[in-house]
Amino acid sequence: MTIKARWAAAPYIAWMVLFTIIPLCMIAYFGFTDADGIFTLEYIKKASDHIPTLIKSIYLAAISTVICLVIAYPFAYHVSRKSYSRQKMMIMLVMLPMWMNFLLRTHALSALIEDNGVINTLLTKLGFEPLQMINTQGAVVFGMVYNYLPYMILPLYSIMTKIDVRLVEAAADLGAGFIQTHRRIIFPMSVPGIVSGTTMVFVPAVSTFVISGLLGGSGNYLIGDLITAQTLGGAYNLNYGSATSLLLMVVVLITMVIFNRLETEDSEAMIV
Amino acid sequence: MKRSKISGIYAAFVLAFLYAPIAILIIYSFNSVKGYSWQGFSLKWYKELFSNELIIESFRNTLIVAFVASVLATILGILAALGVYSMKNKMAKGLIKNVTNLPILNPEIVTGISLMLLFSAMRMRGGWATLIIAHITFCVPSVFLSILPKLRQINVSLYEAAMDLGCSPAKAFQKVVIPEIMPGIVTGFLMALTYSIDDFVISFFTAGDVQTLSITIYSMVKKRVSPEINALSTILFAVVLAVLLVTNIRAIRREKEIERKRAARR
Repeated sequence: MTIKARWAAAPYIAWMVLFTIIPLCMIAYFGFTDADGIFTLEYIKKASDHIPTLIKSIYLAAISTVICLVIAYPFAYHVSRKSYSRQKMMIMLVMLPMWMNFLLRTHALSALIEDNGVINTLLTKLGFEPLQMINTQGAVVFGMVYNYLPYMILPLYSIMTKIDVRLVEAAADLGAGFIQTHRRIIFPMSVPGIVSGTTMVFVPAVSTFVISGLLGGSGNYLIGDLITAQTLGGAYNLNYGSATSLLLMVVVLITMVIFNRLETEDSEAMIV
Repeated sequence: MKRSKISGIYAAFVLAFLYAPIAILIIYSFNSVKGYSWQGFSLKWYKELFSNELIIESFRNTLIVAFVASVLATILGILAALGVYSMKNKMAKGLIKNVTNLPILNPEIVTGISLMLLFSAMRMRGGWATLIIAHITFCVPSVFLSILPKLRQINVSLYEAAMDLGCSPAKAFQKVVIPEIMPGIVTGFLMALTYSIDDFVISFFTAGDVQTLSITIYSMVKKRVSPEINALSTILFAVVLAVLLVTNIRAIRREKEIERKRAARR
């Protein structure tokens, strides 16, 4: 190697240490201290009182992730079998809503399902009773699925286009049907895409405060709402907020470790 | 063939699901009254949108932050990629890559709060500086990651050949390395730009008194019925659609041309 530029990484390293590593350490520091900077477990204990909220967030995010996967898998497979220009077209169509502001997309959903929204206006016109849709758990899940579905489709699609067509043909030649081909070839080979899609949906979903705030009402308070209230809102207490953030980080970290282990195990199995 | 028809219908349904809410927003942005019962066509909300100074100002702020942060992130990212590329120590490389993944994998809310804590400890009040630092922080990893693979694809012999033919290392770098990594730089810059324009969560915690478009939208959508927002969504959707159409049609056309040339050569 003749390009000598090792020093060039120095500003980046300094930047990342100062603005990524130190801030994360500060969350830990604030979480374990009180307002005077004295070590205490008080806020960690207080934060663990909110474990039911955390469980609810995990539950709703997990449901949304599964729904996204169920919707995205056949869709991504369908797209991956099309001609090149057709694929480009369809992927562009999937990405287009992603480029629109996330808040506007969520707002679009609330316009659809709120009490005097499009659906209820239509229902009353047709002589039906209006439905309670906004401010329910279902609305939060709907919002998560709608917002994060493209994050599941894109990694699945990109891994499915890389699957060697000859493998699929070989399976067909050897008598495998549609379901068996999927079970034995396409699904196992899509696992890395499923893993990255799952983390890309689950992590923002579990930590959201926008979707729950705009669609879930006061009855669907998630961990993200709690942290926001503790760091910016009415329950302002940075130590408390940091302790709760630590709790969230632990959950995300555990999810990540579990999923990455799944992936490595499966890719090892694939080599055999 | 029946199966492909079913999956085609299914794909159409998924796309309809993605587009129906946006389509409804677009339709109701032309409604002459507030709310969702149709009372006739009007451009009233567009007029109100353009006379809303807060929205215009936040739009300008968003563009300034996005541009400054993306340029700085791109410079930092190019240097970082060059540095890491020429590093020999495997452990250091691995460490840098893991740190790079941190802001990508961490929930945005955690990144936002961690930066907020840092700024308050440094006695920095929320404002332009904190906002731009925060944006650089979440943009720079994607710039770095889009340039690094391009560097790996470079044939080092070309660089050496340039120097054998009398180029100084700087000249060889400019003539050989820069053109090779240019696509990565452009992709990284555009990614940084879109991330920055789109960001809400991290800005929410670090912007202080600077209003970006996302922050203004948030305070407006929180109040629910605000038809100017529908008009704004329509305009943004049209802009994004136009940009994507132009770039993609050009890309597909280029692809087809290459295909044709290759066929002709045969």
